[in-house]
Amino acid sequence: MHIFKNTNFDFLRWRVHALILSWAVILVGAGVFVKKGIQLGIEFAGGTAVIVEFARPVTIQEVRSAIDKGFPGGGSEAVINSFGDPSQHRVMIRVPTVGAESGTALTSTAAQVESALRQANLGNFHRAGTEIVGPAVGQELRSKALLATVLSLVGILAYLAFRFQFSFGVGAVVATIHDLLITLAFLTFFRYDMTLNVIAAILTITGFSTNDTIVIFDRIRENLRSMRRDSMMHVINVSINQTLGRTVITSGTALLTALALFFFGGEVLHGFAFTMIVGIVTGTYSSVFIAAAIVSFWRGTAPTRAASHAPAASAPPATQQPQRKTKPQKKARAS
Amino acid sequence: MPSNVRWKLITILSVFVVFFAVGVYPILAARYRLPAPGWLMEKRLKLGLDLKGGVHLVLRVQTDDALKGETQTEMDRLRDELQNRKIPFTNITLVGPTQFRVEGVPTDQDAAFRQAAQEIQTTFDRGSGVNGSYTFTMKPNIANNLREEAVVQARQTIERRVNELGVAEPSIAQQGTNGDQILVQLPGVSDVERAKSIIQSTGRLELKIVEQGPSPTRESLLVNGQVPQGMEIVPGSSGTPGDNSTVYYLLRSAAAVTGRDLRTARPTLDENNQPAVSFSLNSDGARRFGKITGENVGRQLAIVLDGRVQSAPRLEERITSDGRIHGNFTQQEAQDLSLILRSGSLSAGLTYLQEQTIGPTLGADSIRSGIVASIIGLVLIVLFMLVYYKLSGVNAVVALIFNLVILLGLMAYIGAVMTLPGIAGFVLTMGIGVDSNVLIFERIKEELEAQRGVRASINAGFGRVFWTLFDTHIAALISVAFLFQFGTGPIRGFAVTLFFGLMSNLFTSIFVSKALFETVLANRERQVATLSI
Repeated sequence: MHIFKNTNFDFLRWRVHALILSWAVILVGAGVFVKKGIQLGIEFAGGTAVIVEFARPVTIQEVRSAIDKGFPGGGSEAVINSFGDPSQHRVMIRVPTVGAESGTALTSTAAQVESALRQANLGNFHRAGTEIVGPAVGQELRSKALLATVLSLVGILAYLAFRFQFSFGVGAVVATIHDLLITLAFLTFFRYDMTLNVIAAILTITGFSTNDTIVIFDRIRENLRSMRRDSMMHVINVSINQTLGRTVITSGTALLTALALFFFGGEVLHGFAFTMIVGIVTGTYSSVFIAAAIVSFWRGTAPTRAASHAPAASAPPATQQPQRKTKPQKKARAS
Repeated sequence: MPSNVRWKLITILSVFVVFFAVGVYPILAARYRLPAPGWLMEKRLKLGLDLKGGVHLVLRVQTDDALKGETQTEMDRLRDELQNRKIPFTNITLVGPTQFRVEGVPTDQDAAFRQAAQEIQTTFDRGSGVNGSYTFTMKPNIANNLREEAVVQARQTIERRVNELGVAEPSIAQQGTNGDQILVQLPGVSDVERAKSIIQSTGRLELKIVEQGPSPTRESLLVNGQVPQGMEIVPGSSGTPGDNSTVYYLLRSAAAVTGRDLRTARPTLDENNQPAVSFSLNSDGARRFGKITGENVGRQLAIVLDGRVQSAPRLEERITSDGRIHGNFTQQEAQDLSLILRSGSLSAGLTYLQEQTIGPTLGADSIRSGIVASIIGLVLIVLFMLVYYKLSGVNAVVALIFNLVILLGLMAYIGAVMTLPGIAGFVLTMGIGVDSNVLIFERIKEELEAQRGVRASINAGFGRVFWTLFDTHIAALISVAFLFQFGTGPIRGFAVTLFFGLMSNLFTSIFVSKALFETVLANRERQVATLSI
């Protein structure tokens, strides 16, 4: 069975359009970010989050008015969401303040929230979970998250530059940065909180979005040896077409599991799964339209050997190139 | 079957059996009450706090406290030394946690002062004595050592207290960029407030002779508007039941004995059947205590806990080894106080930076949805591989199951903890793990189309894809390593799961999958014309 058989799309023809599209998404994302900001998760922003389980169904409005009335000051900035399965009547109340950072007083805000709910007579309830983060922790975590992302990008650039030519390394890393920016843009569009789990997903994307890129690059390198007469543009296009099936399938299987997490993984993993889904999709798109395109911009003007711009259709698949057999085995490696 | 294929299969099967026994069987045994040896159950994959429920606390050790205590002691010693040598000075004060200043030493006594301060200079740097005032600053390496000691001592004290609380499988570790944070994880603790106050209580017990008091105001104890040298004013409760007003005592600064001299402490009842804490001193403490109480019969002895006078009984006679602390305790409080005293005091205070409580229902829900997501993810992947790659899909599915079993087994074996993000990593490992098979199979298809013959195509497929897989796995491992470095708790669980998932995937997708192909081919006639892929 084949999803794609002997396709012959001229992907690089669309590289400029793709760049414009990507920049548009990123810029709109940046615009939303500047205007509305991105909601930091409690681990980064600090504050108090209480998950309350009610005995009977309550509406968000009821809880909000209870907090407004019973918890003056902190109440107006409270974020109130239903949490998890609606049949369990769970509500998460998040307030940006914490009690004094000294002593056991850290929990005083949580106690205030609880007493506000009790005053409002919303029936029996109990605290199913609490999270309180002092400002110092968030500060430390923010810089650590940024550092980890940057270092991980540098590490991947260094590895790919070592394994491939430098232009390939740059292409892969620019594509990864592109994926991060697009993912951030989507997180702002859909108003997801920047939580620790989301950061974990973003860091995972930096590692895995290069997978498709490496597969395509490996094929480009392999084809460069056998298609010396063709232009770089042509070699890249052929390589993308040859690997198109596996690019789509590998992303597809990863996407299937990310979707399973998104729909069935529960409330806590929602943001994580969303980030993974966006990252996987944009990672596939970017390995074709960004990573390969950058290599073509970098190297594309010069033909690989002689500038015979053969039509793509006449190029036989790499595996049928007779020259291949003359190559030393240890160099011939690609998928 | 050729013997090399047979050996490969035997290796693979034994690897599977071992990892299944460690990683999967104990979980099934616990779930369905199957028989399993105790040592195996002990190795069972552990659940993180976010799945099991419990308290996660991050505390900061106020290392300045420990430095201040040390500086205070040295300052007191110098004051005594100066008084002994009859060197006059107008004032001696603490300036900061690592600094104190002596003022008003007459210039003609300069040499004598320097001599008196000789001993203290092993740990403190002396500033130049302009106008007869000298600033002493703790040497930086000494200060750093003290800070480290304070954190280690705090961690050990917390460990003792948590153990006495009887929490199963607690986890206590140092963390943070300055190394002054302590992470405490207490699975299954329901009374968070009690646990917190026990952990955090300084537990500094001092017994001091009362010079004057109790008095309702602080001012009435001052002599010429000042606290007399070598004395201090300490607040406390009046001691009469039902009276909550604060009274003040003028005490000698030097403690007769402290918590360090305690041999043990336990809850008891006093003569009015009120809960109290009785303590006994070790031999050294008992000797000093006997001497001081003997000299001060008829005066009051203040029992000071964390800077507050608990009670100040009158000394009827010389006391040596045993004493009792009264103070309107409830039974629980008496119990907690004796626990704190037994576990030793903290030389530095603790503050809470972060607290997370996960109720048991929340954790159970997370486990349930994690399992549902895992099963659905697995079913989707299996269906896809079988439909798209037909019989070769079976090969990929077997490799995938191997991968997951090895992953669980490795995690259980090294004692890694399964967290909710870890479950996410487990689910993603399925989706990313079969990618290796996809790459290999696609390559085999390509080789088959080039009329290479089945055997050659399979060999070429595995051979050529190996380095691609190597590169993709290394790139992923780089980011996983930074993820591990960055994260704590649940995120680390995620990084660990991904890490082992990637490692075992390299093994299963290349070694296991290829051996399966070889087995199938070995059982067919020499010239194989078709492959279901």
